[in-house]
This record gives sequence, C-alpha cells and structure tokens, in this order.
Amino acid sequence: MADSKKVIQILRAIGSKIEEEKDYLTKLDQPIGDSDHGINMARGFGEVEKKLDDLADKDIGTILKTVGMTLVSTVGGASGPLYGSAFLKAGMAAAGKTEMNVQDFLEIMDTAIQAVQQRGKAVLDEKTMLDAMIPSLEAMKAEASEDAKTVLKKGVEAAWKGVEHTKDIIATKGRASYLGERSIGHQDPGATSYSYILEVISQQI
Amino acid sequence: MVGIVIVSHSQKLAESVVELTTMMAADAKIKAAGGMDDGNFGTSFEKIQRAVEEVYSDDGVIILMDMGSAVMTTEMVIEMMPERKIKMIDCPLVEGAVSATVSAVCGASMEQLEEELEKVAATKKF
Repeated sequence: MADSKKVIQILRAIGSKIEEEKDYLTKLDQPIGDSDHGINMARGFGEVEKKLDDLADKDIGTILKTVGMTLVSTVGGASGPLYGSAFLKAGMAAAGKTEMNVQDFLEIMDTAIQAVQQRGKAVLDEKTMLDAMIPSLEAMKAEASEDAKTVLKKGVEAAWKGVEHTKDIIATKGRASYLGERSIGHQDPGATSYSYILEVISQQI
Repeated sequence: MVGIVIVSHSQKLAESVVELTTMMAADAKIKAAGGMDDGNFGTSFEKIQRAVEEVYSDDGVIILMDMGSAVMTTEMVIEMMPERKIKMIDCPLVEGAVSATVSAVCGASMEQLEEELEKVAATKKF
C-alpha cells in the first residue's frame, strides 16, 4: 500500500490540503471554539513539511514519530496533543517498517485513534474528532479484505458522514462544551480536519 | 523546595498568577508557562518543558493549568520526562497557586502540597 517514500508524499499532500483549508477550519472553530484550528494545524503541518526531506531514508515509524513530536511542539491548541499523540503512537505501531499493507495501516490507525481517545478522554458522540475517526475506522475494518483504495473510500465516506453528524450533537468535551445546547448546528472542526487528512491519504495511495 | 509551574493559554494570565503569589510567598520557586513562544494564545510544549527545568529539584515540581490543551500538553510534557518527579494537579488556578507557593516556601513536600491542593479544589468560596 505504501513505503516510506509514499508516506512522505502523503504527508506533503496533507500539509498542502490543511494550508488550503486553513481559513475554513478556523471559520468552523469560531462559533464553537477559540478560532484557531486552521491556523494551528497549518502552523504544525508547515513545520512537519520542513522536516520531511531529512526523513526520506527513514522507516515509517520514525517518520510518523517525528511528525507527532513536531505537532506536539508547534500546534499550540488541543489538536497539538491530540494529533501529536495519534502520530506518536502510530509511529510506535509502525516501528521498523519500511512498507505497510492495508492490514498494517488499519492497525496503525486503530492505535492512533485509541491514542486520541486516551489523550482527550472523550468517547463517541461528544462532538469531537472521534465522531469522524471511530466510524471511519469501523467502516474500513469492515472492508479489510478489499484493496487499499476501496478500504480508504469507505473510510472517507464514513468520516464525512460522521462530520455531518457532529452538527446534531451537543458538545460535552473541549471548548465547545461551554456552549452546551448552543453548539448544536455547528460542525466540529477537528472531525473536519481528520476527514481531510483521510481523504488525502485515499487520493494519494 | 518544591517548584511550581503555571500553565495557561495566555502569557499574561500565567505571568499575573505568578506575580500574585509574590504577595505572600516572594521566595517561591514558581515559573509561568503561558501562551505560545510568540506570545499568542495557546500552549507551548517547549515553554512548559523549559519552565519545569528551571524550577526542578529533587523535591519535585507541581504544575497547575487552565483548561483543554493546557491540560493535555502538560500531560505530554510529564510523560516525556518519566524519570522526573512531576505532578499536574486539578484545582482552581489562582487559589491553588497561592496555596502551593505559601506551603512550598514553608517547606512542604510534594505529597503534602498535593493533599493541600485537593482541599483547595474542594473548598467553596462562599
């Protein structure tokens, strides 16, 4: 499905996509957050971009761990420790690998999403990125015997469906929880950025 | 003396909390880690790490923080320094900082500080 070179290519594409959607992600964060999701994510992935050249000959685990540490150090908002933990744990799950197949990818995603749950102490239906992550992972696991493209396609569909669903949820975690019922109708920025990331992976493989 | 670090999304808020503690405990080992490196709102992993280093001794360090990413980023700093004696405590930031600095200056151990801050967390203002 992907070797180290491909992973780096995907990370570059994720960086471009986040930069492209920076204003939109920040706009989503205005009514229910602290108006910085796009800015923070673009800052973090911008720093990741600078490190990718030096990672070209490294294993996938090292690449992902470096991404995680960079995000933790540079994002500055809640998405820093959340995506940071996800990539760090993903890196541990991919340690030593220079090639991954669909099965490896699903295991890595599983580990990463668990890391987000542990860091944020959130569960499904709290209007967080997990509302896109968990259904997408389940959808991908259900198609695990298919080829990578098909698996990712299902994952992306489920992720965006999850994003739509966040509009109907009252936030009980994060900044949006201060708004209570007033958070209804707004889509979660973190679930949105995750869906872009998965979409980029699906386009690139 | 136990060191204390104040983590906030706002640089000014963290610095002001530290400033306020000097009213009663001017000699405390306390350091602010507020905002991003450029002064904008946010929490900086490296700023927190540096602040911990600056007030660290074998007596340990306690960290008090505001919400959200301040909590999660602090948690990650602690995880990255597994050999160190560092604890984050869940209590009101201002009251906790005042109580902790006074006790630290009076020679309280980290365990004693933790117990006191638990009381701070349970105390109603009126």
